Amino acid sequence: MADPKEHGTSAVHSNSLRHQPDERGHFGGRHGGRFVAETLMPLILELDEAYKVAKADPAFRKELDYYLKDYVGRPSPLWFAQRMTEELGGAKIFLKREELNHTGSHKLNNVMGQILLARRMGRTRIVAETGAGQHGVATATVCALFGLKCVIYMGATDVERQKPNVFRMRLLGAEVVPVTSGAGTLKDAMNEAMRDWVANIADTYMLIGTVAGPHPYPAMVRDFQSVIGTETKAQMKAAEGRLPDVVVAAIGGGSNAMGIFYPFLDDKSVRLIGVEAAGHGLDSGKTAASIERGRPGVLHGNRTYLLQNADGQIEEAHSISAGLDYPGVGPEHSWLHDIGRAEYVGITDNEALDAFQFCTRMEGIIPALESAHAVAYAAKIAPTLSKDTLLVVNLSGRGDKDIFTVAEHLGVKL
Amino acid sequence: MSRIAARFKALAAQGRGALIPYLEAYDPDWDTSLELLRKMPAAGADLIEIGMPFSDPSADGPVIQAAARRGLKAGATLAGVLDMVTDFRQQDNETPIILMGYLNPVESYGYERFCRDAASAGVDGLILVDLPPEEADVLAPFAKANKLDIIRLVAPTTSDERLPYVLSHASGFVYYVSITGITGTRSATTHDLEAAIPRLRKVTKLPIAIGFGVRTPQQAANASSIADGAVVASALLSTLAETLDDKGRATAETLPRVLAQIEDLAKAVRSADGKAV
Repeated sequence: MADPKEHGTSAVHSNSLRHQPDERGHFGGRHGGRFVAETLMPLILELDEAYKVAKADPAFRKELDYYLKDYVGRPSPLWFAQRMTEELGGAKIFLKREELNHTGSHKLNNVMGQILLARRMGRTRIVAETGAGQHGVATATVCALFGLKCVIYMGATDVERQKPNVFRMRLLGAEVVPVTSGAGTLKDAMNEAMRDWVANIADTYMLIGTVAGPHPYPAMVRDFQSVIGTETKAQMKAAEGRLPDVVVAAIGGGSNAMGIFYPFLDDKSVRLIGVEAAGHGLDSGKTAASIERGRPGVLHGNRTYLLQNADGQIEEAHSISAGLDYPGVGPEHSWLHDIGRAEYVGITDNEALDAFQFCTRMEGIIPALESAHAVAYAAKIAPTLSKDTLLVVNLSGRGDKDIFTVAEHLGVKL
Repeated sequence: MSRIAARFKALAAQGRGALIPYLEAYDPDWDTSLELLRKMPAAGADLIEIGMPFSDPSADGPVIQAAARRGLKAGATLAGVLDMVTDFRQQDNETPIILMGYLNPVESYGYERFCRDAASAGVDGLILVDLPPEEADVLAPFAKANKLDIIRLVAPTTSDERLPYVLSHASGFVYYVSITGITGTRSATTHDLEAAIPRLRKVTKLPIAIGFGVRTPQQAANASSIADGAVVASALLSTLAETLDDKGRATAETLPRVLAQIEDLAKAVRSADGKAV
């Protein structure tokens, strides 16, 4: 959201890829939209209006910038990963250090923006869904900062595998509600958060943590996250005097990827690669690769690529990483896939585990398992690229929360 | 005249509102739910809503979620739901059937094909919870071509400014969601309903049914006299769930208990005071 005017939906430059979605929230006329029950529809329309007004208000921008700088700790560095680069012997690798943000991931960029908006709208209670707990921790953190009531829905399976984050959220004063329906993962937490919202509309703001959900969430979350790409662009110009050649980011719902991709959409020379969680393998039936193994459908308020069976029932996703364990993806990614502007690839659980250790030992940076998927794909292609290729990996989160999961997979008892 | 319009007209002539019970298809299995469907009219159902099970019913409470899970476990498909209706129509050509569910299975089936097949099975109307009028163009032309009513939900949150827009997309009847919340959780007061229904009457001539939170015979009688019909869902599904054995299978209790409950509801609706409005 560096320049609010250039992100408006009323495009002046019609050939730009940065003027989606349309007024109905559709990306490329197909994906996205507002598929919600009538009870929620007026709230979604109200949110859309409130966001438009805030986006055009310099005071809102100023307030957000203040918190991003002094509370979140932005800008985050663009780190030249020299040892990793030398080890792989190809492209020059840079890490966009989103894991250095307060709370340890890119999630706070969006939470900060939306909670400032919720405050403008007079809401006093925040509900959110969380998978790995990163979005939940970010939300609980800002709720603590502003003294807001906070309820986090988290799948029971995820509560189990992300215990440190559950404890963090409770320390921050949030109520964490384990969700037992379905497989007890992110999809089910999202359903439950929507049910809470519809029952508590008077005081409650629903804070979606990724670039999915009914319009305006996908565009709004992207706008708040695009600070990542805007900084990357400026930092790469300062470091190398030009744009990067390749940008790689992990995709669950796809907010960190959309945040770093968006400012580069019109820079045709920049390859954009989204890394989905292939789980046990793209064709194993235990995967979270919605774009590569799904087809378009409607869930959680938007049309997008979904893992579903022949009858349109949504399937359970699988990934070692709780944050990528989602059977859908943000609608803007679905559109970028359809038009071929971004590439979408898969990395398995085991490849991510290897990359987790590789990044840790080479750079002294423990990546989140989510981000390790991006590192893994970068490590895969870097040796095939020339030494003057500039490759950026969005290191979206830190891996402290994952050490128990990783230890278990490595057969280590903590 | 459509079956829905004919039924509401006939009930208006009798001076009473409609009882609209809900059943979840395939809950707990195809045969039991078909048998329940067949026996509902004799128990007092004026119109019938059939739930199409979906994996992610985000507007529904725990009771309907569980029913949908049982239905899916029993192998529910949209084609199988339509087969139920075809079967039902062999013995009953008058009781309107409304399918209720979520959009994705219908999108997956194909909008045009679904509307054609639903109409030929004998379905009269569709309620698709997550298809607001803003997105309805995917379905509306095919529904119209096949004479299927699209029943619109109206909620307490639907503003006076928005009402005419929503209702301009409605046909058959209007479904008033009487609470802000999910199904089967809380109930609206008589006072709330008496204030809400005239607000809708000003904008539409269609019959109005009240749903979400209508559980007891008294509530059904009340809702159907304030509006033109009452939808009862979670209360019936709870009863059905209570009768299942520990493996989730139907027992000898299942049909008699659910049907007895419908009879009680029907008795109350039929003896309710004349239309309040």
